[in-house]
Amino acid sequence: MNKGQNDGSGLAAPSAIRSEGARVIRAGFIPLVDASILIAAAEFGFAAREGIQLELVKDVSWANIRDRLAFRQFDIAHMLAPMPVASALGLGSNPSPVITPFTLGRGGNAITLSVKLYRRMQARAGLTGEESALANAEALKLVIDDMKVKGEPLPVLGTTYPFSSHNYELRYWLAAGGIHPDHDVKLVVVPPPMTSDALSAGAIDGFCVGAPWNMVAVSREVGRIVAVKEDIWPSSPEKVIGTRPEWAESHPETLSRLIVALDKAAAWCDIADNRRDLAEVLAEPRYIDASMDILHRVLLGRFTTDPNGGERTVPDYFSFNQNGANFPWVSQAQWIFSQMVRWGQVSHSLEKQERVMTAFRPDLYRNALGLRPDIPLEDMRIEGGTRDDGFIDGAVFDPENIPAYLQGFDVHNLERLSVDQDDI
Amino acid sequence: MVFDENRIRASIIEEGLREAGHDRVVVLHDINGLARQIELIRPDVIVIDIETPNRDMLEHLFQLSRSVRKPIAMFVDSSDTYSIEAAVEAGVSAYVVDGLKKERVKPILDMAVSRFKAFSRLQHELAEAKSALEERKIIERAKGILMKSRKISEDEAYSLLRQTAMNEKKKLSDIAQSVVMAAAMLGS
Repeated sequence: MNKGQNDGSGLAAPSAIRSEGARVIRAGFIPLVDASILIAAAEFGFAAREGIQLELVKDVSWANIRDRLAFRQFDIAHMLAPMPVASALGLGSNPSPVITPFTLGRGGNAITLSVKLYRRMQARAGLTGEESALANAEALKLVIDDMKVKGEPLPVLGTTYPFSSHNYELRYWLAAGGIHPDHDVKLVVVPPPMTSDALSAGAIDGFCVGAPWNMVAVSREVGRIVAVKEDIWPSSPEKVIGTRPEWAESHPETLSRLIVALDKAAAWCDIADNRRDLAEVLAEPRYIDASMDILHRVLLGRFTTDPNGGERTVPDYFSFNQNGANFPWVSQAQWIFSQMVRWGQVSHSLEKQERVMTAFRPDLYRNALGLRPDIPLEDMRIEGGTRDDGFIDGAVFDPENIPAYLQGFDVHNLERLSVDQDDI
Repeated sequence: MVFDENRIRASIIEEGLREAGHDRVVVLHDINGLARQIELIRPDVIVIDIETPNRDMLEHLFQLSRSVRKPIAMFVDSSDTYSIEAAVEAGVSAYVVDGLKKERVKPILDMAVSRFKAFSRLQHELAEAKSALEERKIIERAKGILMKSRKISEDEAYSLLRQTAMNEKKKLSDIAQSVVMAAAMLGS
């Protein structure tokens, strides 16, 4: 696969890399299965083969990841895909410039509700346990309507960060079922490793976080998985490699080598036979520090969804490399922007849309990997338009016309922006 | 406002801030109710432990709440690499209300960094003192066991332990630990 080209750059590079003065790349990560490509690149020799050394630093919060990248403690970082978009828009408490040249694959998220809440949905809507994610959302809607009539406290649901795929996916799922995420439930932030405890203590009634924490909640018999990312939108961008534009510009050769190493590591991660070795490494305390068995099953998409033994297999729960999973689609950055507008985090304008264009950098991805049949030639496409990559509510996203796309939703916060308008 | 789940460290920082003449210091330990407290108190500076995952909860709060003034995240002086490193190493991060003068903020954060450091030094010393005490106790018990079972003097018991430790290239306390454990297993 593209051998000639890599060999070519391999010959030319040593002097270039010396002039950049950076063989060592400091990379921050959060202990999650979707950091696999980065961890595999460091652990299984892919980075070393490209003449770079990945120094991985585990961190505890996305805010730390963002700040330590901004303040040059990290050169690159495992980041939520919406973080570079938020920084391009000046959102959040440290919006310094971040770009992404590489998406860390797809998948890994799921929505889990407390067993108690799910049993109530079953009783109310006659669920057998085999229903679709959409039917589960609609059943939750019925229960919430009952709760309102009886004056009961509304469900509290946890996500991970205000600018996260989890936030937008949970909102998308709720809204598809007719539930308003800001009026009908209470959204809070819970650090993923604490979700099972929070669920069993009754502090939250459900959550949307990455692997392996959903399955951990089921194995501890406190949670019931009601939707996975593939149910909401398979292509939904998850984690990315974030870096400062200034670092990318001053280290073009190092960055190219990094992308080549990540590409090879991603292809390796996609091979089912390698996933036991991967799970073994991920299970170590310095990485995810979770049960190797659960990690392995999560990687293979073999879920226990219900403590009663209910099972479900999601064949591509993790796509690390196939079907262009690493290509940073600008249209996906625009989709993230559309969700920020939908939920009132920012107002829409063409100028902002232009700024979002700069956050995802497919040009850097192509520069590193060259022409290859699996690498798209265009930066944008209609998202969710194909049968096996559809949105849960059947909507189709056209990045060229965000306002019209948003008009199609019944549940949104668009009115919030007309009240306190920031700049247009 | 100081948010720290570690009460002792929080009070050390509070004391430092008061000594520096800041009399409006609020210390919070519990993430529950933090949102309400921030809205009520409207702090100029929030100092928070960098190792707490609850920073993401604060980000959510700032994004959600329209009544909270827009804070900026920083590690001491963001333009100075050395002090960023010092802050990260000490474990301090902070949110500063936009527009607050740097000259006012810097001493507060510098103080927080030095107090965080002092605290971890104290903790380290305490841990060392504790383990030294534990070691001494275990050696005393091992000596007692040897004196009783081999009918030797205290000095002889000690030399025996030390000689074994040297032969085995192990710590004296490790050998003592083995003696105590073996004795417990043998029921003597």
